[in-house]
This record gives sequence, C-alpha cells and structure tokens, in this order.
Amino acid sequence: MPDVNMQVELAGVTLKNPVVVASGTFGFGREYSQFYDLGELGGICAKGLTLHPRKGNPAPRIAETPMGILNSVGLENPGVDAFIKEELPFLRTFDTKMIANISGNTPEEYGVMCEKLSAAGVDMIEVNISCPNVKAGGLAYGTRPELAAEVTETAKNHAGGVPVMVKLSPNVTDITEIAKAVEGAGADALSLINTIRGMRIDVNTRRPVLKMNTGGLSGPAVLPVAVRMVWEVAQAVKLPILGMGGVSKGEDAAQLMLAGASAVAVGTALFADPFAPLAVRDGLADIAARQGLPAVSELTGGVMPW
Amino acid sequence: MKVEHACSIIAREQLTPDTVSMTLAVGDMVSSAITNTGRPIHPGQFIHIKCGEGLLLRRPISIQSWLGTRMGGTITVVFEAKGEGTRWLAQRQAGDTLDVLGPLGNGFRTTPGPYLLVGGGIGVPPLYACACYTGCSSTAILGFRSKDRAILLDEFDSECIDVQIATDDGSLGYHGFVDALVRQELAKEQARPYLGVLACGPKPMLRSVAKAAAEFGVPCQVSMEERMGCGVGACLVCATPMRDGAVKHVCKDGPVFDAEEVDWDA
Repeated sequence: MPDVNMQVELAGVTLKNPVVVASGTFGFGREYSQFYDLGELGGICAKGLTLHPRKGNPAPRIAETPMGILNSVGLENPGVDAFIKEELPFLRTFDTKMIANISGNTPEEYGVMCEKLSAAGVDMIEVNISCPNVKAGGLAYGTRPELAAEVTETAKNHAGGVPVMVKLSPNVTDITEIAKAVEGAGADALSLINTIRGMRIDVNTRRPVLKMNTGGLSGPAVLPVAVRMVWEVAQAVKLPILGMGGVSKGEDAAQLMLAGASAVAVGTALFADPFAPLAVRDGLADIAARQGLPAVSELTGGVMPW
Repeated sequence: MKVEHACSIIAREQLTPDTVSMTLAVGDMVSSAITNTGRPIHPGQFIHIKCGEGLLLRRPISIQSWLGTRMGGTITVVFEAKGEGTRWLAQRQAGDTLDVLGPLGNGFRTTPGPYLLVGGGIGVPPLYACACYTGCSSTAILGFRSKDRAILLDEFDSECIDVQIATDDGSLGYHGFVDALVRQELAKEQARPYLGVLACGPKPMLRSVAKAAAEFGVPCQVSMEERMGCGVGACLVCATPMRDGAVKHVCKDGPVFDAEEVDWDA
C-alpha cells in the first residue's frame, strides 16, 4: 500500500480509513465477515433499525436498471433491542467504527432508540430520515426542514455523547435547506445521499418489477447526483459529510471527497463484489499517492470549480 | 474465509435453443466447501455468477453436479438464457473466465434414498445431484413444456430407478402437470416407502407438489426462487414469507425449505 495517511475524522470519530459500508447493504456484518476481516473497514453502518421488529415489504424487492438497482426492502430488521443483544457484541469484536442506523415513526421513537444505542455503546448514530420505502416517518421527515430539525433535535437530546449523523434524502427540491435545518438542530454530521425514488415496468406483463411499484435507485447511475449534492451541501453547512451513492472504485470515492465529503460509503457495489470496499480504499490510497498527498483527508473539499 | 473465484469454462453444451450446460474449473471451491462446512456441496446449493460489466447483480445458478479432486474441482451448471444476464452468460465459450461466488445457500438434506424427485423446467438440473447422492434409489418425475425442451433425461435414467416425464402439451410422456404423477406415485407408497419428496421448479408447481406430499404424509423439501441481490444474506431483498409469519431469505436460509414451513398463500 502507498505511504499515505488514510486516517480521517468524522464528527470527532477517527476512522482508520475513509471507507465505510452503507446501511442496508451489509446486514450486521456477519455475512461479509466470512470474506475478510471487518477491521479492514473504516466503519460499518449497520442495517437500519426500528424500535420494533419489521418484516419489510413483499418481494420482488429488487430490480436491475441501467447501471443501477432499485430496491424496496422496507426496513426489514429485528428491532433495536435484538440488535443490541444479538448483533452488536459480534460487531464489537472487530477493530472498526460501529455506526447504528435508525428510523422511527415519531420523533420520540428516534429518541428512545438513541438512548438505548448510546447506553449500549456505538460510535455514532446515523438518523435515517430518508427511507423511500416505508409509508410512515421515513422520507416524510427528510423532505420537510422543520420535521427534519425536530427529529434531529430529539435524537441529539437522547444520544448522550454519541455523535449524531443525519442521512439526507435526494428526493427534495433543495437539499441544502434540509442540511441547514439539520445543522441548526445540532447534528454532528450528515450522510448523503439515500436512494433516489424510481420505477421499472415489465413491458410484457405491464407490471412494475417491484411489488411495491416504486423503490430506491442506487448504484453507479446515481454517482453524479451524489457528487453534485455533496458539493452543494458542503458549501451550505460546516458539518462533516459522509458521502455515498454509486461508489464502486477509488476514483468515485475521490470525487465525493473532492466535492466535500470527509469519508465515503460503499453500498450497492458490494453485491457484485464483496471486496469492493477494500478495492475502493486501495484505489483512494493510490490516487492520493499519485497526487503526492501525505494524507487522504487532503482530498476533502479540494474541487476547483470553474 | 470465502473468496471470489475466477473460473474458466472447460466445457459448454447447448441442450436446447434456450438451455446451456457449462462446466467450470472452480479450483478449491469444492474442497474448501468441505473444509468450511464439514460437508461437500449439497444438492440445491447455487453459485452466484457475474454476468458482464454493465449488470450490477450476479445471477444465482443452481449447481447440477460437481467433482472434487486434489488437482482442483469442477462444477456443472445448467441454465436458461432468459434475460439480459443469462443471455450474456449463454454466449460465453469454453476457455472464457467467469467471476463466481459460491457455493452458497442451503441445499436439500438427504440420506441414501429412496426419494421422489420432482422437477419442472429449469428446476430439473439441481435434482440430478439429488439423484446421484441418494444412492441411485430414487424416482424422478420431470415436467417440461414440451418434448423439445426436455433436458438431462439420459442423466436421470442412469441415476434413478425410474424416470417419469410429463409435458404440458403431451408431446412426451404424460400429458399434464407433474403433480398428477406425484399423486399416482405416492399412492404406490407401500411398494416404495419414500423418505421424502424433493422438488424444484416454478412456485405454482411447488405448491401443488407440496400439497400432494402433505396428503400422503410424506415430508417434502422445496427449492424456492426469488429475485436476489447480494446472494449471501446481507441485503435482505430475496424475502419469502413463512407460515408462522416469519420472513426468511432465499439466498441464506434457503433456497431449500421444508414445504410445511412455507406460506403458500402469500
């Protein structure tokens, strides 16, 4: 590996490298731990949790699209208590930062989950206000600045000293409005982007491929949207950003960092290649080395717009 | 630790205009399956194959048979060129290399037979491995749309006591669906005490076969299909509802399930 300092800071949390795995694409780590030591990762955003267990949406929950996929899993998860009891101890055995991801139907639910997770000991809490696949809560909080602020404030008040990172939706007219509202409410970091709402129709059956009709688009198709939104948000707020959306190689991650991200998450690329996060990390290190940078963190915000 | 394997295609055969058989050199995939899990590959497990650069999702393909030697193993898969990914795969030739993840999933649980093997269409190939691993004592009932789509008949003949064919159009064997033959065969149960029914095929077929098996009180395992993402149990897209209200995932909990745990009304 090239001689580049890969360490980055995200809301006061030190990541050994800037590559995190995105919530919902990595389960609770058990499956991919059979491929490599999870301690190779900068951090793990665990599968999204809710206060009570959820079964998720009916299948088909996935559809392939040009350079992307649509999903409509619908936050299937065992609930926050089962996570703390059965999954967190396992994740804690790896030398990596553990980021829990939560969704609620009311601000109070976010608060209760933050209390439980803070007491259980996670490194960061990612507050999901942008899931396009659930009816209640989810996206509703992420598309209205005042609601986003309310959820952020409640989460922050119950998270103890654990940094709160709010995950923003791209399904808005102006993402900087939401970002500013969330910053004003006391968030410690932002993650973006969640998936973009999309739809695919089987022309022979005239049925949408997803049973829920619509779903969230991810994969390389959304990378330019993510880069643009990270760039816009980075100019609008001072908060550190975890950038994500279509990252499958070092160059993609470098784009997000140049646009303003302090760290990046890899998600959909895992499905084709379980080792994708490690390839992204190594690719980033190569780029930093080629550019003569002593530290990969120097990429952050380095874009030179025309 | 699991790895991805670069596997070269060592043989390719066009079985029907839409169906291809490919044998892959899989290195230590067969032997490491034994090391990792204490057992060889189970019939009904699958490999997850990357199909071209533009497609982000791998395609899960059932394993038809395998061979393990100290020099390296081979896996044979039989698949139908149905969509973009499998059409790409079908165009690969001997000597080409594929990116393969596997073996994945939980297969059929068997002891030396006899079993009643019930396959429909492209669900037939994985049952061939069941036939081989049940001591050549099993009976196969295989359903196809028509005679020209029938595959692997000689292979099943050499590994089974009896092979019965059904076609939707009557162009070969029994004119109708496999479940009628299943009932007929299970009615003779005193002559052949089947340890179980093992089925793979389209969901409506599985449902009717499961019903027939239940009527005769014979345990039934079914291999389910659902659109898959990661193939290892992390992304949770391949959900299939169970009768007790739980949700299981085809890639990790299955693809083979006990028929009685499946919610057939979902």
